[in-house]
Amino acid sequence: MKLNDDIILDIRRDYVLGKLRDGERIDGRAFDEYREIKIETGIIEKAEGSALVSIGNTQVIVGIKMQPGEPFPDTPDKGIIITNAELVPLASPTFEPGPPDENSVELSRVVDRGIRESEAVDLSKLVIEEGEKVWLVFIDIHALDDDGNLMDASSLAAISALLTTTVPAERFDIGEDFPLPVRDLPVSVTTRIIGKYGIVDPCKDEEYASKNFITITTDSEDNIVAMQKSGSYLMGEEMLMEIMETSIRKARDNRKLLKEV
Amino acid sequence: MDSKDIKLIIDGKRLDGRGFEDLRPIKMRVGVLKRADGSCYLEMGKNKVVAAVFGPREVHPRHLADPIKAVVRYRYNMAPFSVEERKRPGPDRRSVEISKVSREAIEAIVMKELFPRSGIDIFVEVLQADAGSRTACLNAASVALVDAGVPMKGMISSVAVAKVDDVLVLDPMKEEDNYGQADIPFAFFIRNDRIESIALLQMDGRVSKEEFVQALEMAKRGAMKIYEMQKEAIKTKYIMESEGEVNEIE
Repeated sequence: MKLNDDIILDIRRDYVLGKLRDGERIDGRAFDEYREIKIETGIIEKAEGSALVSIGNTQVIVGIKMQPGEPFPDTPDKGIIITNAELVPLASPTFEPGPPDENSVELSRVVDRGIRESEAVDLSKLVIEEGEKVWLVFIDIHALDDDGNLMDASSLAAISALLTTTVPAERFDIGEDFPLPVRDLPVSVTTRIIGKYGIVDPCKDEEYASKNFITITTDSEDNIVAMQKSGSYLMGEEMLMEIMETSIRKARDNRKLLKEV
Repeated sequence: MDSKDIKLIIDGKRLDGRGFEDLRPIKMRVGVLKRADGSCYLEMGKNKVVAAVFGPREVHPRHLADPIKAVVRYRYNMAPFSVEERKRPGPDRRSVEISKVSREAIEAIVMKELFPRSGIDIFVEVLQADAGSRTACLNAASVALVDAGVPMKGMISSVAVAKVDDVLVLDPMKEEDNYGQADIPFAFFIRNDRIESIALLQMDGRVSKEEFVQALEMAKRGAMKIYEMQKEAIKTKYIMESEGEVNEIE
């Protein structure tokens, strides 16, 4: 069984690579082209904010829950963001139940970095009582169908969900509900590195062809706010510069979708 | 990140008196552990780390073995007493991520194909942390791998660049990391005394593309200096020690 799977994977990998050599991708997309992106918000009434994002067949749902809690001692005047990712077994035949593995840890931490470092959520407005009580914002990433590029789908879903989040103050008897203050739109762009080729928004077969990727997250002013090179490969400087250029450009496109949220 | 309340650059100097492109003092000792196949103790400013390499050896558990190449494992671990507030022992999400990207950087240069069905384990303990511990660990690990005699395509030298008070600085210390505007850890693959490519790259904070390009150049210059020290440390153990001299390099 294992052997058969390996052979099929090998054949798929060769197919992906062969196509790339001819300057094509298996689904006919350009190297820097995303699959169709759909964003749906407000789908979970019990959550403070939520979004379902699909990129091609990949689907990720993010729910935001909030509750009052204690601030960190070094930031008594700021709310707290906690990002978690669960790669539940329903999303892929290769996901297994159990505690998060290094891939889901990486996923949640890279998504978290984009939101945190762009200062998308104005945490200073989430203080209930300085030094005592602040709002905790839980961003929970729930993958539903992994057909590649969970990273970008998750980041888009996270920021979309935050954009539609209402702070549930009334439920906790601390004043009136108010919309979560969101002031930037970080967008991540993930490029899969297959041999010497870099392709944006990999589908699952392209991901099988190589474990190597780089995610670059930019803010509304084209600043880089997060980066993660992942995979055991060496990257040349020129390629990095090219990818950076493409990532900034593609992020601008995807940010337009967020403005409609 | 907050840069408003604390000034990190005063009169063109950093809080610890360094210029923008100065590394912290680095100290290395090779072969400090008896039982490991290779080891290195490294200080980079107040960071104190020790790296040990075991292998190539049999893989445990057995089913993890790969029939065509060695399995590389890397564990970055912080001692509970290494930071101001006691760190709960064991892996947290941060160290899981650091272990992953560091392993991947090392994997890219180790000649794994030479050791099918075997494992190369790299354990790095952070005894004291003061920003940049992942870079210190990679530098130590790279030297420890040489000490263990593991065949590699080249060396890994690692350093971070931070943006503080709107300027770029090499090898940030704790204050600069905490209150700075960006932190970009790099690791480079160096072969034949030349930087060939990037083995590790992460970043958080906020920089423009132009600033990133500058940071990259700064990191490359810093990494070359570290690389020279790594070479010197190895030479010290393997050449001078046999002639009865001390094996410490500062």
